[in-house]
Amino acid sequence: MQRHTIAVLVNDYPGVLTRVANLFGQRGFNIDSITVGASEEPGLSRMIITTGGDEQKIDQLMKQLSKLIDVISVTNLSENPFVSRELALIKVSATPSQLAELNGIVEPFRAAIVDVGPTSLIVQVTGDTEKIDALLVLLQSYGVLELTRTGTLAMARSVVPSPVTV
Amino acid sequence: MSVQIAELQGKSGMPPVRFGEEVTGAETLLRCLILEQVEYIFGYPGGAVLPIYDSLYGSYFKHILTRHEQGAIHAADGYARATGKPGVVIATSGPGATNLVTGIATAQMDSVPLVCITGNVPQHLIGTDAFQEANITGITIPITKHSYFVRDVRDLPRIVKEAFYIATTGRPGPVLIDIPKDVSNARAPFTYPETVEIRGYRASLVPSDEDVHAFVAAIREAKRPVILAGGGIISAGADRELLAFAEKTRIPVINTFMGLGGFPGVHELALGMPGMHGSYTANQALLNADCVIGLGARFDDRITMGRTKEFAPKARIVHVDIDPAELGKNVATAVMVAGDVKSTLQKALPFVTACDSEAWIAQLKQWQEQHPYRYKHDDQVLKPQAVIELLYRSTNGEAIVTTDVGQHQMWVAQYYKFKHARSLISSGGLGTMGFGFPAAIGAQIAHPDRTVIAVVGDGGFQMTNQELAILAQYNTPVKVAIINNQCLGMVRQWQELFYDNRYSQIDLTCSPDFVKLAEAYGVKGLRASTPQEAEAVWAEALRHDGPVVVDFRVAQEENVYPMVAAGSTLDQMVLGDE
Repeated sequence: MQRHTIAVLVNDYPGVLTRVANLFGQRGFNIDSITVGASEEPGLSRMIITTGGDEQKIDQLMKQLSKLIDVISVTNLSENPFVSRELALIKVSATPSQLAELNGIVEPFRAAIVDVGPTSLIVQVTGDTEKIDALLVLLQSYGVLELTRTGTLAMARSVVPSPVTV
Repeated sequence: MSVQIAELQGKSGMPPVRFGEEVTGAETLLRCLILEQVEYIFGYPGGAVLPIYDSLYGSYFKHILTRHEQGAIHAADGYARATGKPGVVIATSGPGATNLVTGIATAQMDSVPLVCITGNVPQHLIGTDAFQEANITGITIPITKHSYFVRDVRDLPRIVKEAFYIATTGRPGPVLIDIPKDVSNARAPFTYPETVEIRGYRASLVPSDEDVHAFVAAIREAKRPVILAGGGIISAGADRELLAFAEKTRIPVINTFMGLGGFPGVHELALGMPGMHGSYTANQALLNADCVIGLGARFDDRITMGRTKEFAPKARIVHVDIDPAELGKNVATAVMVAGDVKSTLQKALPFVTACDSEAWIAQLKQWQEQHPYRYKHDDQVLKPQAVIELLYRSTNGEAIVTTDVGQHQMWVAQYYKFKHARSLISSGGLGTMGFGFPAAIGAQIAHPDRTVIAVVGDGGFQMTNQELAILAQYNTPVKVAIINNQCLGMVRQWQELFYDNRYSQIDLTCSPDFVKLAEAYGVKGLRASTPQEAEAVWAEALRHDGPVVVDFRVAQEENVYPMVAAGSTLDQMVLGDE
């Protein structure tokens, strides 16, 4: 099953998220993650949804999304190169004495320790899903007390390499 | 600044509408409905719609007061299916609104244009679990084409305009407008937008020249082509185009259940209905065709039997549909045309020529002669199929026939050869029992001079038979033909065939005396228990200048054949009684 990242431009009206989420449930699609926020145009929001499915299923999903009156456009970002980012806050069980050691772990990930308490600290990391997963594995040996992730933000790259003809 | 007051004379006897003066939300709504050419409203009053009903008092609208909101919405649905115009229904908040739910889902599944107006509690009470509060927009998200919750009276005209536009264009469907009571009472100068602009909505879909040429090319070489014409033919008003197309290309036509009437049932190229209870010939045609041309049909599981990979195994599938999401949804499709079926056929017609299909047509004719629909005739016992044949014969295929759901519905599809589009009105998608009778009321109101027959079972009729009151109140001359086998026949059939004759909860022998029930509502009641009585009683019913309920007491153990069991393929057809 392929993972797809879909950008959905929608009216910023009450209930639009319900309509989109309901459509996934109604048609038997899974939402792996969803982010919603302002778009470049006032009055419109952009949702980034990550989901899985074969080509036929994704085609059907995109067509069904397009039918919603409050959906302005649907783009499957996975068809072309795109940038994706996620943000996670990870509360790790650790004392201030372990700070240097933990800094050594988070720095290669360009993550940061943003809060330190007597028995725990918070790591902030941004990147694609795989990078965050990798850091999480390393931090699990200390004990992850709490985890919150944003879901994926994504955008098509400006310069799309033209297809190579052989 | 002076308020400009203008008048707009509505079309065809509509009252003039004054613009600019300050009116309530309720009055705004009604003025919008006039400008949308609405004549009939089906509804039921209640607390949250009191302002609307106060504005209705003495107004020009013809309001049909049903006895249950479900009756109102099915009647509005029947009106819409019989005319192609949007049906309008009003219900109050809470239980009034939730009583519409079955009817909304019925309309959504069959792509029927409805505008459903519900009241809601005032906005300061929304979310407080107030008396008769229900989140009807939330409840109906999966079963409406779109819905609105009106927050400001100044938004109401735009919302009504959009609602009618969305309901009636593209693939039609039900749209719900939920109006809290404070909005109905709030005042604003009346305006109405002249145009609609909905950015995320494409109303019409004329196919590209490229797609039309691909469509024409795909059928040109076919030797064993067949058209699968669905309900889209009827909602697009493309029946004439279909006839011209089939005759010019010499391609035989299968009508899906929803498509019946979209092509004359007695035409030499008509193969009838396919699928679970379809004709032998229609199913053989799908099994042997080299090209299946779906026109406004959605390849649903009563035709593919859910085995989509084995459907039409020798055919390339060509599919025209106004809803792009239907293309490739159920079956692997070689040529997809996203477009309105009427404009597609119009654009294709000049380019098509006759297919080399005469040998194929001869084969199909032979199958039709060898395997017509059949049942064991009986001189003493009244057979349900014989009743449908009687209805057909006596009306020459010209009546509007509505049905409920079950055996009688399939027998109507098999034995009533519909001549015209919008003649069969039945819940094909959702399969709603209790639909047929109120839908007949709506159809009869739309066509007061036509014969409208509600063919219902003794089960389904009892789900909405309270609407008998309407027949007398508005003198609506619907002929109700109850195919009364004293049980839930289709459930009985499945229990006989697949559950080893374990007849669980199908006995309806304790139903009321339907003749007396009719009479209690001031409607003529008749009964027939033999073939001879049926002829005489039905003739009397047709002669009677007013509504009639006929209780046809039919044989209980009759099954609908042919039958393809769910989960098997169309070649696994049980032909049934010789």
